[in-house]
Amino acid sequence: MLQAFLDLAPAPRFAVVAFALLTLASLAVALLGWWKPQAASPELRARTSSWWLMATLLFLAIYVHETASLVFFAFLSFWALKEYVTLLDTRAADHGALVLAFLAIPVQYLWIARNDYGLFTIFIPVYIFLMLPVRLVLARETAGFVASASQIQWGLMAFVFGLSHLRYVAAFPPAAGSPADGRTLLLFLVFVVEISDVFQYVWGKALGRHKVIPSVSPNKTWEGLIGGVASAMLLSLALRFLTPFSVAETLLVSFIVCLAGFFGGAVMSAVKRDFGVKDFGALIPGHGGMLDRLDSLCYAAPLFFHYVRYFHYYGFGVW
Amino acid sequence: MRPAWADLAQRLFFLLVVRPFLTLFIGLRVRGREHLPENGPFVLVANHASHLDTLSLLALFPLSRLRHVRPVAAADYFERTRLTALVSRTFFNILPIRRRREDRQAGEDPLEPLLEALAAGQALILFPEGTRRSGADDVGEFKGGIAHLVERRPGLTVVPCWLANMGRTLPKGELVPVPFICRVSLGAPLQPSGGRAEVLATLEQAVRALRDCDPRDQD
Repeated sequence: MLQAFLDLAPAPRFAVVAFALLTLASLAVALLGWWKPQAASPELRARTSSWWLMATLLFLAIYVHETASLVFFAFLSFWALKEYVTLLDTRAADHGALVLAFLAIPVQYLWIARNDYGLFTIFIPVYIFLMLPVRLVLARETAGFVASASQIQWGLMAFVFGLSHLRYVAAFPPAAGSPADGRTLLLFLVFVVEISDVFQYVWGKALGRHKVIPSVSPNKTWEGLIGGVASAMLLSLALRFLTPFSVAETLLVSFIVCLAGFFGGAVMSAVKRDFGVKDFGALIPGHGGMLDRLDSLCYAAPLFFHYVRYFHYYGFGVW
Repeated sequence: MRPAWADLAQRLFFLLVVRPFLTLFIGLRVRGREHLPENGPFVLVANHASHLDTLSLLALFPLSRLRHVRPVAAADYFERTRLTALVSRTFFNILPIRRRREDRQAGEDPLEPLLEALAAGQALILFPEGTRRSGADDVGEFKGGIAHLVERRPGLTVVPCWLANMGRTLPKGELVPVPFICRVSLGAPLQPSGGRAEVLATLEQAVRALRDCDPRDQD
């Protein structure tokens, strides 16, 4: 049976691992409910069920159809930007600039579809960032101009530009001398970042005493951070078959993305603090808004993308 | 009598266009859906900032009930051309009223169509602020129509409703919406009584109370 498992291609082998872990998690929550009913809150149960749904959706989004997958990831950016701008104090004069910001999303994913690395990299930071203030000027309202321009630009940077790197990872061609390709690398990235979030939460709940940044997030503790990152790094070794990385490199990459993910989460916590809300929305039962799940990936995805591109694909075709 | 093809066209429009648009693009969230009465007659009153308001309120109802729900609409605006009249009547099943005195014949009662619809057991959607208020994130002053209606039909059930972010999404004068997450909050049905001023104050207060307890992070 072990041999049959090891003979599987990387993606189905990962599916076995991921759904086995989800089954373990569901069993653990059920056991907790039997042992300590007050600890297994409805929120914890909802959160676990949502993980099943999100894992399944991610698999389908990556493996069913190329165009469907682009639409799915573009929709993630769309929803993330939507949750963010809903919380902003926008002015009536920002309408046109906001329309422009949302229109940038399909175009950004079009560059991925066309595998146009050059335009993918400059379209938002150069063209859209220069056009947005122009559109605001055309609305002829100077009071609050700078605040509007920067708020909209920052949202595009994090939720459209940053997050779009996640989908672009899937476009990497098969790596030399390994069964890994862009799609398996994407699975690796999402798994490591999310499992690190989960373990940061679990270790934080179990042992958390010393807060890392109490004024931003009371839930981020040193014990959680160290335990979470270490757990994710260990687990990432078991998923090395998804990547062209050596053992040392796997540890290094997972350390980088977990740390980036931690700071992504911290930045989005600060955003929520500033807006005076607890969650970005209520789309995902037990988790909050879509941004409450994607916050770490907004930061981890660009770093991972550029690491892989530089060290494994540099000078390879359009890359 | 509304023809059967118009009912069918409206149902298809809501099933294939409005609902996917509100779910996937607007991300509409509804609080207090249980307050929507199972059947008419009743009046849904809400603040008004956008054309999305009517769309979102109609979408609260199951498709089979749409033919019994009538958004009260100003004839001078929605029936200004034959095309707008056809579209508003077919897809939104509006109840046109002549709000301007010069549009009415002598002795014509502007509330008569509303009373007839209520007598037929229909539900009305009414925006007592009278018009879309641009950039408003609060409740404007209610005009007297709803109080007259309550006076003419004592014991009328009125459901208060607060609509959030619709005016930011599609303000007056804009053609392209920005997809802010919008919310509908329904309050418990009321049967306001007393003088006109009292009825208006009760309803305004009910909508304002829904606004005040509308949490931002339950988007």
